[in-house]
Amino acid sequence: MPATKAQALVPGLALLDADPAGDADALDRLAVWALRFSPLVAADQPDGIVVDTTGADHLHGGEEAMLRAIVDRFAAANLEVRVAVADTWGAAHAAARHAGAAMVLVEPGRTEHALARLPLAALRLPGRMRHDLHVLGFSTVGDLAAQPRAPLVQRFGPQLVRRLDQAFGAVSEPIEPVRSADLVEVRRVFGEPIAAPETLRRYVGKLAAELVAELERRAMGARRLDLLFSRVDNRWEAIRIGTAKPERDLRRLTRLLSDRIETIDPGFGVEVMTLAATHAQPLGASQVVSSLVEEPEADVSDLVDLLANRIGERRVYRFAPVASDVPERSVSRVEPMSLDDGASWDDHWPRPSRLLARPERVETMALLPDHPPVWFTWRGQRRRVRRADGPERVFGEWWKREAEATTVRDYFRVEDDAGERFWIFRAGDGEHPETGSHKWYLHGVFG
Amino acid sequence: MPDHSVLADLRERVQRLEGKDMRARQVLQFGVPEIDGRLPGGGLALGALHEVAGGGNGAVDGAAAALFAAGIAARTKGKILWCVTRQDLFAPAIAQAGLAPGRVIFVEAGDEKTLLACFEDGLRYGGLGAVVAEVAKLSMTVSRRLQLAAEGSGTLALAVRRWRRQTEAADFGQPTASVTRWRVSVLPSRPLPVPGVGRARWLLELIRSRAGECADFEVEACDGKGRLALPAAVADRSAAPQVARKRATR
Repeated sequence: MPATKAQALVPGLALLDADPAGDADALDRLAVWALRFSPLVAADQPDGIVVDTTGADHLHGGEEAMLRAIVDRFAAANLEVRVAVADTWGAAHAAARHAGAAMVLVEPGRTEHALARLPLAALRLPGRMRHDLHVLGFSTVGDLAAQPRAPLVQRFGPQLVRRLDQAFGAVSEPIEPVRSADLVEVRRVFGEPIAAPETLRRYVGKLAAELVAELERRAMGARRLDLLFSRVDNRWEAIRIGTAKPERDLRRLTRLLSDRIETIDPGFGVEVMTLAATHAQPLGASQVVSSLVEEPEADVSDLVDLLANRIGERRVYRFAPVASDVPERSVSRVEPMSLDDGASWDDHWPRPSRLLARPERVETMALLPDHPPVWFTWRGQRRRVRRADGPERVFGEWWKREAEATTVRDYFRVEDDAGERFWIFRAGDGEHPETGSHKWYLHGVFG
Repeated sequence: MPDHSVLADLRERVQRLEGKDMRARQVLQFGVPEIDGRLPGGGLALGALHEVAGGGNGAVDGAAAALFAAGIAARTKGKILWCVTRQDLFAPAIAQAGLAPGRVIFVEAGDEKTLLACFEDGLRYGGLGAVVAEVAKLSMTVSRRLQLAAEGSGTLALAVRRWRRQTEAADFGQPTASVTRWRVSVLPSRPLPVPGVGRARWLLELIRSRAGECADFEVEACDGKGRLALPAAVADRSAAPQVARKRATR
């Protein structure tokens, strides 16, 4: 369409000259940004980024959580993004662009099934070849995969079958990872490939020592380290570790890295090992507090790092108070080594030690508007209320959601004959129907 | 007195077999003379594994057991590592038992095997005040490992035993290498002169204690500093017949 026609159709249309080189540069910069998700990232020109997430997804809470995090990051910047996770680069490339959903998760081993119905364009073929295939009556990847190979190779050359094999994982397709210029990186090339775990461990120690010396020279501390192993069969293996605060201690870093060495499959041998601090922060020298004053509290960041790298960063945390009367919202999770400001919750009312994930309906009999129930039935067991405290009235937070403008919860602390104590509430104030359904729920169990 | 010298000799030999001098080990006192007096060394041994379970429905929800563990942990020094399989603790309650939110680092392990590995790592680390873990299964081998890790670093290890179903709680009878084993069951709260729920009360059973005797106590739940207390009536030494009668009717 000519530009003039487009401008006539859409008033105020902004026109920019195409700048393929600039776009490619921007994509490279975006790929460096995407290093936060995995150590192996490359720009998939012209319109994508490929990330090898093997061994890195658990740090983000699993594949689905990772995809969601990526989508959310872009959405926060008002950008639309399409992501897909699959066994191979080819399959993920196809699923992201042609599966028609913003987020696609192809289960391991289901690649062929997932790709079968996608159009031929998904295979990264030149336009001419796509057209010829179309003329021959092929329209989906599944059609092509079902054909005998030899005639296809004879007619179209080796590229077509190679793309098919790459998508289905029969041929490997290594990623050449991007690196930013100011990266602190050390590498070691071996004349003979090494594979024994002890040898790998020894060289991890040597690389770490070099990296620490380099970090010290720049007065930096590593927050994230990527250790890449380039295997003789042209595949990459990677270890990624994170630390809770900038770290330059050789013993700690070596231990964190060695802890994960067993997850590495060296195959026929490793040729090149690269250790990079992909995220570093300034770390100057600091004074140690004299033990004359008082016994300093032991530093646990080492243990936190060890656990976080084993089970995932998000699963090691501390709780911090949030100023909200709604119990579910009064607690937030913060990083384990974040600054402790000594804040705690109000101590006005006792709180249950176990909070149910979702309040559970209970059958009750209670006098309206503000009496505690006489009895209630929870999980099939009827309990007589012997003593009760309440109500503690919690109002909806109208500034969070419109629907909460009038809602009320009345919490009671009740004790049954056996002495078991529960936290139950009535949705509504007992008088006005707009404040809630007036049904009763059990929300927690006291100790 | 020949008998005494024989006993003393035997004790010494047992201690040598155990490898560590039990008397030299530090203890954490409850601050309640009746409980401390029943424990060898006059308190809960630091650098040892202790098990806590809930009685009745508490075996499933572990509400009182968690508070009991929080109260003990609150009285130690340093950070606390609290390992769970799935998080359902309500942090404000833990804070009300004296454990400030800034002191507790939670680890959500996802499965039992990872949980035990984290538990052991925390114990071996040595810089923590106490490590609490909510575990269901605890075999002899695993508990022995944990006990050794705790002994090595001097960290207090608290295993809050908690099961999915009431029927699985029979597992608590299996032997483990823990030094003490407690069961906490809820009792009706302290009666108030006005309508309302008073300070919670627990029946605290010391089911097993290495080199000590079993006992049970009726106590008032942790206060804001994690301290237990004896109910006023017992402190005045007039409730003993009441307790006995109650047990006879059960």
